[in-house]
Amino acid sequence: MQIPYTVAERPDTGVFNAKLGIWLFLASEVMLFGALFSSYILLRTGALAWPHGYTILNVPLATLNTVVLITSSITMVMSWVALRNRDFGKYRKYIGGTVLLGFVFLIIKAIEYGAKFEHHLYPSENTFLAIYFTLTGLHGLHVIGGMIVNAYFWGPGSKMWVTDPERFTNRIEVAGLYWHFVDLVWIFLFPVLYLL
Amino acid sequence: MAHVAAVAHTGNHHEHPLGFLQKYIFSQDHKVIGLQYLLTSLCFLFFGFSLMMMMRWQLAYPGQPIPFIGGLLGEANAPGGIMLPEFYNQLGAMHGTIMVFLGVVPLAVGAFGNYVVPLQIGAPDMAFPKLNMMSYWVYFLGGVTMLASFLMPGGAANSGWTSYAPLSVIATMGQTVWLFGMVFLITSSLLGSINFIVTIVQLRARGLTFMRLPFFVWSQLVTSFLLLLAFPPLEAAGVMQLMDRLAGTSFFMPSGLVVAGEVMPYSGGGSPLLWQHLFWFLAHPEVYVLILPALGIVAEIVANNTRKPLWGYNSLVYAAIFLGFMSFIVWAHHMFLTGMGTVISTFFQTTTMIISIPSVIILTALFISLWGASMRFNTQMLFALAFLPMFGIGGLTGLPLGLAPTDIHLHDTYYVIGHFHYVVAPGTIFALFAGVYHWYPKVTGRMMNEFWGKFHFWGSLVCMNGIFMPMFVQGLAGVSRRLYDGGQQYAHAQGVFHLNEWMSISAWMLALFQIPFIINFFLSSRKGRKVESDNPWEATTLEWATPTPPPHGNFTVVPEVHRGPYEYSVPGHLRDYTPQHQPEKA
Amino acid sequence: MSNTQASNGAHARIYVVVFVALLALTIVTVSLSYLHLSVFPSVLLALIVASIKGYLVSNYFMHLISERRLIYAILVLTGIFFLSLIFLPLSHFHDRVG
Repeated sequence: MQIPYTVAERPDTGVFNAKLGIWLFLASEVMLFGALFSSYILLRTGALAWPHGYTILNVPLATLNTVVLITSSITMVMSWVALRNRDFGKYRKYIGGTVLLGFVFLIIKAIEYGAKFEHHLYPSENTFLAIYFTLTGLHGLHVIGGMIVNAYFWGPGSKMWVTDPERFTNRIEVAGLYWHFVDLVWIFLFPVLYLL
Repeated sequence: MAHVAAVAHTGNHHEHPLGFLQKYIFSQDHKVIGLQYLLTSLCFLFFGFSLMMMMRWQLAYPGQPIPFIGGLLGEANAPGGIMLPEFYNQLGAMHGTIMVFLGVVPLAVGAFGNYVVPLQIGAPDMAFPKLNMMSYWVYFLGGVTMLASFLMPGGAANSGWTSYAPLSVIATMGQTVWLFGMVFLITSSLLGSINFIVTIVQLRARGLTFMRLPFFVWSQLVTSFLLLLAFPPLEAAGVMQLMDRLAGTSFFMPSGLVVAGEVMPYSGGGSPLLWQHLFWFLAHPEVYVLILPALGIVAEIVANNTRKPLWGYNSLVYAAIFLGFMSFIVWAHHMFLTGMGTVISTFFQTTTMIISIPSVIILTALFISLWGASMRFNTQMLFALAFLPMFGIGGLTGLPLGLAPTDIHLHDTYYVIGHFHYVVAPGTIFALFAGVYHWYPKVTGRMMNEFWGKFHFWGSLVCMNGIFMPMFVQGLAGVSRRLYDGGQQYAHAQGVFHLNEWMSISAWMLALFQIPFIINFFLSSRKGRKVESDNPWEATTLEWATPTPPPHGNFTVVPEVHRGPYEYSVPGHLRDYTPQHQPEKA
Repeated sequence: MSNTQASNGAHARIYVVVFVALLALTIVTVSLSYLHLSVFPSVLLALIVASIKGYLVSNYFMHLISERRLIYAILVLTGIFFLSLIFLPLSHFHDRVG
């Protein structure tokens, strides 16, 4: 039994199965974060007073994190390019770099959280901190998920490069689509929470 | 996504037999997963019904000890067998949750969708078999979590299946477990819906264009889109409610909330209305998740047993798509009572009236399909025929609820309960029974017993109406839907209070009429009459072109489709049905 | 795999250009926040910059610019429901009685 279109594109739809699958998943993710952004807007417009993010949060650290995530996005896409150029060694470097940058992002995030807790700024303090911790926490979970997938493709998952390079390249494309989406979410989170 | 390729890759090695665990427990075969969903969801359906039977005792005979099982419920829930109000609230919340999220949806989508969709589109399996297995097991985990919540201190969730804040935020531990259970169930639905959409779009057999898909497949496709895009906001809301409960945030907690004379220790600034918006953003499309697969099953059975093409196939398809789309922008008609201004309430009343049009188109097309047919009145056809007027009653009684002036009076009365139960119980559940009788021979190679099937049907039909019709009467009299004594203390309920006994007896009778079904279901797989061919109902769609029961990989020859799904009684053809895979010259 | 080495090289250059543009826009959006504008212009500017960045990421890194119609259709549908999820509750909050 062979499931069709796991590698090749179906002629009438123009995509292979996993590509359609990941875009559907990302569509559901848009609705997930959409609901949280909607909540943010409702809580903020309904609040008597709402602090500017930069008065409470650490903008330089978050800017650094933005740079880290953008950099990890380009290493991710470069790892895909490397595979298409049949350069497995370069691929390993780039995908490994992506995972490391994910770690750097999480460490910086942890420093930020730690500083908040030190000043007794917990989610229960007010609705601004509540939405801040919920949105960044959920985003952080997405980063962790992406790192696990990418680490798998750096390590054990990369064996497929030998047996079926075309399918493996597709997998990296799909993993990349997810990783860029996580970056995309941060691009909106950053100004909304920190700068406004 | 990653494991997809791996599965297809090992596909070549399936010649050697699989072990018991891989074959029946952690199977990646869509048919086994479909049956796992079927058995699990039928159990949950019966369990949810049992909760309601206990509640019906309390409503009919408030304050009297429950016979037989009263002593087993524990002193904390029913001292001396007499149900406490707190326990009644748990039963109500869990009945709704279990029936919707663990019973009907997994049965309609998980079981029938999984088993039938790949067969009807001529695919060897679902697009992502491992993901399919995961979605079943995550569903199972969600179910176990929900059941475990009864063991929590303070019992299960007791804030209604809608879990309105702020009540749910300050409720007992069971609510936290409920939220975790919901997160599992939502995740399972998301995995499943992605799988269904990819399967239907990508794995259709050659020649099976979109407008040749059986209507059941269309209904599953639209349903999957609803699950995909409507569920995530509830997941977000569930996370926020968990934050409120566990981290002490105030997403849904208003400022200055006082409960039982005490100021609540919340910072405030949140909005209970926010929860309602996010909840109903899912829960209204969820109504169409409940009904669309049922309409799909009924369409298949009507076409097959009238021996005629469905009337207006194209309009059915477009109506289903439009219905799915509109279902995303009607949700706040559940919230007319929240002090909605005229502008926004006019918007939602208008969209609600508009969405009734495609529903009526579908129902009308199915009714017209019956016109002039010489029908086969087998069990599945009886269930399908009963579905039409029952769903009709449910739909039409919904119209006054979609208009604010009438809804404000009827909201939160038994009228609402009657309305949506007509849609879901004698509606959807009848269609699901019809589906069981219809596809049973394909799954087992044996027929279910017709006599006991009809016995099951007539008994269920009478009892269902016995339960739900009086609810309209009580609701119009103004009886509130959440009273634990059925309205005994209220003057306006006195004239209709006696109906409770009648409804409760109907409910218990309904349970008795399910016994022949359960016995028939299990016994027929061993003792039932064997089918003579792979296509005992002489149907046209592809699932009947497989061996019986279908082997792993489904089709012995890769099917190719040459015609539309319902070519029954085509003039000039040899037989009164022309299967989709039959070449032009036959 | 119809892509030649040369066209992949061209892609890689585009990715680097996008990367630099994203860094520049990050600096822009942070600097704008130091101006302490009033709510409306600051929200508007921040959203415009974020949208440009989002456009770059989705069109180039996620190569939506050369994607199939099927994917567009799904995203347009999602976009409509996303907007209704944002604006319908908001309009309810602004149109309340009692």
